[in-house]
Amino acid sequence: MDSHDTGAAPAPPHSETTLRVNGEPRTLDLDHRRVLLDLLREDLGLTGAKKGCDHGQCGACTVLVDGRRVNSCLLLAVTLDGAEVTTVEGLAGHGGDPHPLQRAFLERDAFQCGYCTPGQICSAVGMLAEAAAGHPSHVTDPAAPSGEPVELVRAEIRERLSGNLCRCGAYPRIADAVEDVI
Amino acid sequence: MTGTTGTETVLGAPAERREGREKVTGTARYAAEYDGPARAHAWPVPATVARGRVTAVDAGPALALPGVLAVLTHENAPRLAEPDDPILAVLQNPRVPHRGWFVALVVAESLEAAREGADAVRVAYEAEPHDVTLTASHPDAYTPENANGGYPAVREHGDPDAAFAAAEVRVDVEYRVPPLHNHPMEPHASTARWDEGHLVVRTSSQGTGPVRAALAKVFELPEERITVSAEHVGGGFGSKGTPRPDVVLAAMAARHTGRTVTVAFPRRRLPAVVGHRAPTLHRLRLGAGRDGGLVSLSHEVTTHSSRIKEFVEQAAVPARVMYAAPHLRSVHRVVRLDVPTPSWMRAPGESPGMYALESAMDELAAELGVDPVELRVRNEPAADPDTGRPFSSRHLVECLREGARRFGWAARDPRPRSGAAGALLIGTGVAAATYPVMAAPSRASAWALPDGTFLVRVNATDIGTGARTVLAQVAADALGVPLDRVGIEVGSTELPAAPLAGGSSGTASWGWAVHEACARLADRLTTLPGPVPEAGLGAHADTAGQADAESRYSRHAFGAHFAEVAVDTVTGEVRVRRMLGVYAAGRILNARTARSQFVGGMTMGLGMALTEGSHLDPAFGDFAESDLASYHVPAHADVTDIEAHWLQEDDPHLNPMGSKGIGEIGIVGSAAAIGNAVHHATGIRFRELPLTPDRVLTGLLAHEAPPGTFGG
Repeated sequence: MDSHDTGAAPAPPHSETTLRVNGEPRTLDLDHRRVLLDLLREDLGLTGAKKGCDHGQCGACTVLVDGRRVNSCLLLAVTLDGAEVTTVEGLAGHGGDPHPLQRAFLERDAFQCGYCTPGQICSAVGMLAEAAAGHPSHVTDPAAPSGEPVELVRAEIRERLSGNLCRCGAYPRIADAVEDVI
Repeated sequence: MTGTTGTETVLGAPAERREGREKVTGTARYAAEYDGPARAHAWPVPATVARGRVTAVDAGPALALPGVLAVLTHENAPRLAEPDDPILAVLQNPRVPHRGWFVALVVAESLEAAREGADAVRVAYEAEPHDVTLTASHPDAYTPENANGGYPAVREHGDPDAAFAAAEVRVDVEYRVPPLHNHPMEPHASTARWDEGHLVVRTSSQGTGPVRAALAKVFELPEERITVSAEHVGGGFGSKGTPRPDVVLAAMAARHTGRTVTVAFPRRRLPAVVGHRAPTLHRLRLGAGRDGGLVSLSHEVTTHSSRIKEFVEQAAVPARVMYAAPHLRSVHRVVRLDVPTPSWMRAPGESPGMYALESAMDELAAELGVDPVELRVRNEPAADPDTGRPFSSRHLVECLREGARRFGWAARDPRPRSGAAGALLIGTGVAAATYPVMAAPSRASAWALPDGTFLVRVNATDIGTGARTVLAQVAADALGVPLDRVGIEVGSTELPAAPLAGGSSGTASWGWAVHEACARLADRLTTLPGPVPEAGLGAHADTAGQADAESRYSRHAFGAHFAEVAVDTVTGEVRVRRMLGVYAAGRILNARTARSQFVGGMTMGLGMALTEGSHLDPAFGDFAESDLASYHVPAHADVTDIEAHWLQEDDPHLNPMGSKGIGEIGIVGSAAAIGNAVHHATGIRFRELPLTPDRVLTGLLAHEAPPGTFGG
């Protein structure tokens, strides 16, 4: 049952799209069905973003798009023309020094199998920016002044990272690591 | 005995994970992340009937799609020799043993094309009536010869029925644990290619040796022509203990298409094809004297298995080791149903078995008015109750006492519902834990290199346990050299053969061989007349006959779990405020990674208690909760405060490191501790997991207003 006439089948719809990934412009001719996660992993070889569920349920694919954390498995890449994408591979500082959160994860042993780890770290980077920008969460005191930075107490960290599952159960250490960089 | 040859030991030190930097920077590669754009992708097609046979497959619409390379079915897939494990006999015949069994595989140039192709394959079935519903009185229930692990299905001492009937205090209760899913964060995946008759595979597995053996069997190849590696593995928890269909499908597809092929199972397909913890129905009968001493203990378990394989969750086995009851019965029964094949999930047997036993012990304590810690202490056996062998070491009582002290147990008001705080009911609970000590023969080699460094080679698998790190520590100690001078290679069948990471036995098995190889190398170095030769100086070890030697001791790790819960009387939600575990597990070889394993096990126990549960839909015959949106594993917000501690335990009857396994004991009994805390909080016994709000709220409402009091 092999296909012998793939040449005759029309190619699926595709478009040229340019994204900046970890600071580098990348232009690709993209199948419209391509999601950002598969673009990163399959087209660019950036396999730091992980595929845990492919349905936005686990957070392993979390990256930053224009500074905000997203589930990259849920974003059609062709819609991201001109976007700035940062993956776990792009978090290191100049000279390749790990990001403080990466160092804190190491020091706290905030992972075991490591598969959720890039997503946890990218999510934490995005979360720190959200709290600094005054975004409230489910556990934020409703009386807190609007738009002011939210203090990231432990309950806030746990709540705001709950979109990132860890089956190894490293949650307390992850919260420790995030606290270390606040 | 401990392998300390230098002035300082690094065994036990909190050494940082060796592969940690790759994991936090995203450069650690997993099975689906090799061979880049040149490879093809495959997508499976699951059966949509629960029992029957495939009568026709129309691959035409799929093959007409751009990018689709091939559609493999039972009609055209490479023929396989019969595997030892029937779950690997994929695409060999039209039989559908359960819903979700793969009936086709689409291979394509891209993930998108493979997925679209899988949707386009038309499969016709002849469906037969099916039965997926387990009941304790199922007419097809039978007593197998053995349960998983080779344990006899039935053990009996004395006359448990007569002793129970004559007991002053009796507890006769039933518990239910639903099917549970491992759901490691990395779905099962394999990348395979055939290189001039040599099969090269990257797979997500807990042991590449068993994967290679299975591939050799089905493809009728000598093992030398197969290389299997698993450099990084995104968790397994038992579901990657033995090869699963992904690796066979990848090799078949690669052979059929002549391409490198990656098979990465979609998350929703995992529950049906990678194994699950089978549901268990428990009946516990505890008979005791007024002083709390058990006279009779009977634990009977009924579970299910599939049509293609008998797998019996050994849930009554821990009852054989825990308490001094002169009349003791443990029985397993199984019903073969049209269900997916169950398999190992973290602490198979102990995990559901100790939930039931430790819940029943709490009920007995309440019945007697005895503190549940004290009840367990009173029933501490002098020797293994089943075999009569002495324990090599057993510090359950010390774990209970130390845990009680750390947890603040003495301040507890034992009366149920004594901890109300507004709409919340606060309660605390305790349960014991146990896990057997296992080890298997392993080989390893150790090399001294001319630059003054050392290299240890062993086909261990690091599934997140920190195996690389702890084995390097074992080696450094045996060699008497600093840790940073020891390199280690694991995760490939090109290395000295070693058993899989399972049964909490990896470190003991691999470490034993590493220790032996390094001790021999150290000996050779002391007699070496000159410098280390250019090619290095090696030493080898094989622990066959040692690691698997019969012991005259009963060898188990023990522990105690404590939990505090808050039950919301408005919503029925249970929240775990804190959990504390204390373990006696021999020598702890790396304080940092050991703590992570204990806490990880406890977290999975929290999930088992509160959120994790799956159902077999009686009409469709498949798991209703098949993805992470419906099967709820604990999230950050569920886990507030989990502490793990351990006692120093010196046991000379284990292995050269003096260690017991630690990967599984954290999940054993932790769900019971939470359930017992919920009883303390509410005064209600819930005997079915998980303790979801609907179940708890129903119980609370019935407690406030029993049926019939106002028209209920």
